[in-house]
Amino acid sequence: MSSRERILGRVRRALADVTPDEQVIQRDYLREHGDRTVEQTVELLAENLADYRALVHRCTEDELPSLIARLLTDRKAGSVLVPPGLAEGWLAEADVTRVADRADSTPHELDRVDSVVTACAVAIAETGTIVLDGGPDQGRRRISLVPDHHICVVRVPDQVVSAVPQALERLSPTRPLTWISGPSATSDIELDRVEGVHGPRTLEVVLLG
Amino acid sequence: MSGTFVGMPAFPKAAHEAVRNETLRGNLRHATHTIRAKRAKAVAELSDWAELREAGRRIKDHTLRHLDRYLVQLEEAVTAAGGTVHWAADADEANRIVADLVRATGESEVVKVKSMATQEIGLNEALEAEGIRAYETDLAELIVQLGRDRPSHILVPAIHRNRGEIRDIFRTEMGEWGRPAPEGLTDTPAELAEAARLHLREKFLRAKVGISGANFMVAETGTLVVVESEGNGRMCLTLPETLISVVGIEKIVPTWRDLEVFLQTLPRSSTAERMNPYTSMWTGTTDEDGPRTFHLVLLDNGRTDTLADEVGRQALRCIRCSACLNVCPVYERAGGHAYGSVYPGPIGAILSPQLRGTASEIDASLPYASSLCGACYEVCPVAIDIPEVLVHLRERVVEGGPAVREGNKVVLKPAKGHAAERAAMRAARWAFAHPGALRAGQRLASRTRRLHPRTLPGPGKAWSGTRDLPPVPAEPFRDWWQRTHGGKDGAK
Repeated sequence: MSSRERILGRVRRALADVTPDEQVIQRDYLREHGDRTVEQTVELLAENLADYRALVHRCTEDELPSLIARLLTDRKAGSVLVPPGLAEGWLAEADVTRVADRADSTPHELDRVDSVVTACAVAIAETGTIVLDGGPDQGRRRISLVPDHHICVVRVPDQVVSAVPQALERLSPTRPLTWISGPSATSDIELDRVEGVHGPRTLEVVLLG
Repeated sequence: MSGTFVGMPAFPKAAHEAVRNETLRGNLRHATHTIRAKRAKAVAELSDWAELREAGRRIKDHTLRHLDRYLVQLEEAVTAAGGTVHWAADADEANRIVADLVRATGESEVVKVKSMATQEIGLNEALEAEGIRAYETDLAELIVQLGRDRPSHILVPAIHRNRGEIRDIFRTEMGEWGRPAPEGLTDTPAELAEAARLHLREKFLRAKVGISGANFMVAETGTLVVVESEGNGRMCLTLPETLISVVGIEKIVPTWRDLEVFLQTLPRSSTAERMNPYTSMWTGTTDEDGPRTFHLVLLDNGRTDTLADEVGRQALRCIRCSACLNVCPVYERAGGHAYGSVYPGPIGAILSPQLRGTASEIDASLPYASSLCGACYEVCPVAIDIPEVLVHLRERVVEGGPAVREGNKVVLKPAKGHAAERAAMRAARWAFAHPGALRAGQRLASRTRRLHPRTLPGPGKAWSGTRDLPPVPAEPFRDWWQRTHGGKDGAK
């Protein structure tokens, strides 16, 4: 007998006393917490991002290229990783070496790049979370991981939802997803939160709208 | 400190030594009190916490009730998405599968995401025996590995270490495993985290094989979810060419939507955050993004035996948040090592004796590692009634009876050392069934109350060693009731 059959057999015997329950799970919890206007939801996103030490900026479409250029200069970034479908023009004013997100780059090559600029798939206000789904303007998962500085652009209010349930509805499980809530952190030393371990130690979120 | 849990003494003995360690008690008190207050605040932010908890309980119960169906559905979905599913009935089989998969890649080292399942099966030691070196990459796991130590907490395995001890371990041990600690390393947490970043980066960048567990597996989509903070998880899940995930069969949720409950309750219960810094979700493999090969090893190792127990099976709802450890007065004082298992604290006291059986001294003693105060049940985000299961397991230890081990029905013998307790219970049962004898006995006890010893003799000595015997009243209650008509006459 294979282990598959053995385990499934054990499960079935273990459940011999149980009556089948086909009813739908009752869900009495809320879809979102509190009653907010769209603008208040965006404000809450900004607050919660900042609370977990992300640096939050707001700008219009016109201002974006100069803002990104300034953030890269302030950081003294010499090179930036660019997803294949990043909007033309976002990096128009940035005076840095562009490194394309390519399948054949090695992790060591990525490690030498200073920054990365991506868009996102959705942002969650209540938890201060941005979610990347590997879309063309976000690139492979690793490009937002290896460089130490991540600039993520969120289109507000279109890409912002209030709560986790609404975010899951918008996302596709067939895509590789990365949920990011603030920069890399740890609570492993005396259960105290410290920012900055393996992921980007600086996360800048630009609320564009 | 030895790196293994084999041959651990029973809980009372191990705890007796631990409570005398003042550094350990100080470290644990500081850490658990910090997180307790933060967790309460994070939970209070959600007005529907009780409803989320109830939904979590229902989803997990429903899943367990149809576990066979959901396992098969998960297998189909993972396979359709390009993954390969393996089934492991016990720890040895899981270790063998993983070792074979690593060997097939031609690699002799792997990077690991913190995973309770691989700790449980002793994967690192098994790989070591095959000539494969496993690097732990979670900060706390790294501290434990470098210190040749054992984990003492589910979420923060190095919770028993303070910053000074961690600095010393990094200074003396990091060089043996790779990049040494920076010169002049101090004990500030930020510097310690930086040292870990530098030490591990070279390992992430060259890793060809990653090994993980998972917090959730979605049956309908085949999606696996890993919830973490540091980014070491993302490194291990995306940079290597081969990913092997070892996951307990109870980690399934039926639908994608079900994640909306646990992604709200898990971070707030464990690290007291609205959301943990990083959550990775993947379904099979993705072309040109992340590992090209994905293996899922589904692990039983005592879970189906636990499932067979009508009372005890609720322990399989556990999402490993560790809130029950952080509020437990026994854990706070005894520390995690005394539990003799990778699952310490209240959840460990009900999980280990079910996964491993109650044959060993340590497992038979674990259901007693509690004052039954109920704080663990109160904070559990999936409402596991831990005190109920503890009492149930105590009964099993004392009385023996039917159970399931490795899929087979067995009848457990009553444990040794509980003969006096059983005799006392038998005597009590007889006395309560014979009111005349009970009355005579109570009167005799009242009249001789001044002669009673303060401690019990013989086998009862251990019991009264840490407890006061209840004083016997001057007059039995029933006599008082009859004499005063229940106090109506105003008589005392």
